[in-house]
Amino acid sequence: MRLAWREALLAFRRAPMLSALSITTIAFSLFAFDLFGLVALNLRSALQQVESRVEIRAFVAEGTRADAASAAVGDVQSFPEVERVTLVSEAEALERARRELGEFEDVFDAGILPASIEVRLREGYRNPEQVREVAERLAKYDFIDDIRYGEEWVEKLYRLRTIATFVGLALGLTFALVSIIIIGSTIRMAVLARAREIQVMRLVGATRGFIRAPFLIEGLLKGLLGGIIALGLSFLTYATLGRLVIQAEFFGIGHSVLGLFAGALIGFLGSAYSVDRHLRRVA
Amino acid sequence: MSAMVRFTRVTKQYPKGVTALDEVTFGLNRGEFAFLTGPSGAGKSSILKLIFVEEHPTAGEVKVIGQSSVTLTPKKIPVLRRKLGVVFQDFRLLPDRSAAENIAFALEVTGAPASRIDPKVSRVLEQVDLLAKADAKPHELSGGEQQRVAIARALVNDPLLLLADEPTGNLDERSARSILDLLREINRAGTAILMATHDLDLVRATPFRTLELHHGRLVFDSGTMAPGATAATPGGSPS
Repeated sequence: MRLAWREALLAFRRAPMLSALSITTIAFSLFAFDLFGLVALNLRSALQQVESRVEIRAFVAEGTRADAASAAVGDVQSFPEVERVTLVSEAEALERARRELGEFEDVFDAGILPASIEVRLREGYRNPEQVREVAERLAKYDFIDDIRYGEEWVEKLYRLRTIATFVGLALGLTFALVSIIIIGSTIRMAVLARAREIQVMRLVGATRGFIRAPFLIEGLLKGLLGGIIALGLSFLTYATLGRLVIQAEFFGIGHSVLGLFAGALIGFLGSAYSVDRHLRRVA
Repeated sequence: MSAMVRFTRVTKQYPKGVTALDEVTFGLNRGEFAFLTGPSGAGKSSILKLIFVEEHPTAGEVKVIGQSSVTLTPKKIPVLRRKLGVVFQDFRLLPDRSAAENIAFALEVTGAPASRIDPKVSRVLEQVDLLAKADAKPHELSGGEQQRVAIARALVNDPLLLLADEPTGNLDERSARSILDLLREINRAGTAILMATHDLDLVRATPFRTLELHHGRLVFDSGTMAPGATAATPGGSPS
């Protein structure tokens, strides 16, 4: 194993240009993938933010007893889909309207606005069907006058989300595939550059595993280095954009580690594939 | 006398229908020295490739140091190769390693302990008379010296059989002769040698067995013409 590490590191020293070139290639193809990931990540969190505002408002009929309404709030809270229920009394509704629509402050009089029950759904339950279903359940309380939840809006949002998911998946897969192909051919070049060495190794009786080991280590290191550079470049891009254009979100630790791991894995598998192909051809 | 190599009706065809060897049968004994001759394309290299399992026979059986091509598994190939030494016309040294490193590489590959490598490398370098150039890179050495390094690398694993494919092909006459002398010396120490060459002058100047190929067929074998000449003692007369 020590020998394999020595050979792998020697390969970097002996062909610094080729190594630098392949690391750069790997870095840039992973960078493209990372950028795509950033866009997807931010799009998703933006959608999530909009989605989290999906709310059902059930207006309570005038003259409903406060305890009936509170009892209903308790009931609704126990629905599995429900994240939070708030009872907004007439006075609170008035206060909020005055605060939010300051210029019409004088227009609002006590008693103009009805009390309401505001329901916020849990994540995963914010699709049109669930929203409608909860709304219908609310409608069964006979003191509920009217229910609003921006039906059209929820549907549009949901469709947008579905489209975004599919497009994201397709683009992501394409990007990943392109990265893998580019990285794979880069590594193939490295293997071909050392065809002579492989030939000599076979000649003197090196086992397949022995021949492969340095290449696998080399591929792993190149992938990892490429991944680190790509992540650095992405961060730079993100920071620059953040300063100049828009405050966005960056990968968390989990995603970053996953990205580096993926880079290393692609390097490793690409090398394994290239070396095996080469060995099959010559042996 | 156990045969080190035995070819039994070996045929080798390459994908495009080229027949490199056609029902070749011969044996090589422990400690023997034999030449493979014939014009280029006659199948000399194919025989060597079949012996160190670079190629597999299309038909027939190749037996090398007790391993049959019929039953040989890929796992056993490296093990077999460690008992063989191979040298080529183009030396096949790694250009960015010194002579000593090139030789050491052959030992490292077999997982030899580091403590054993240096003394062995020195020993074979001395044997090929290149101890003074241990640290020289191949490009700093003459053709003859490079071939000596290649021979040293082939010897470092103490092979039972040394295969040489036109080892003097790229060398001037003097270097060629000294390489042949080195091979004879190695043979005297007990290593069997099978050397492919089309340099008939070289062959005639030595008393060793000659196998001649033509269009993939074995057309002449001085060994079978003089039974007993294939015994371990080199110098068994071919005539």
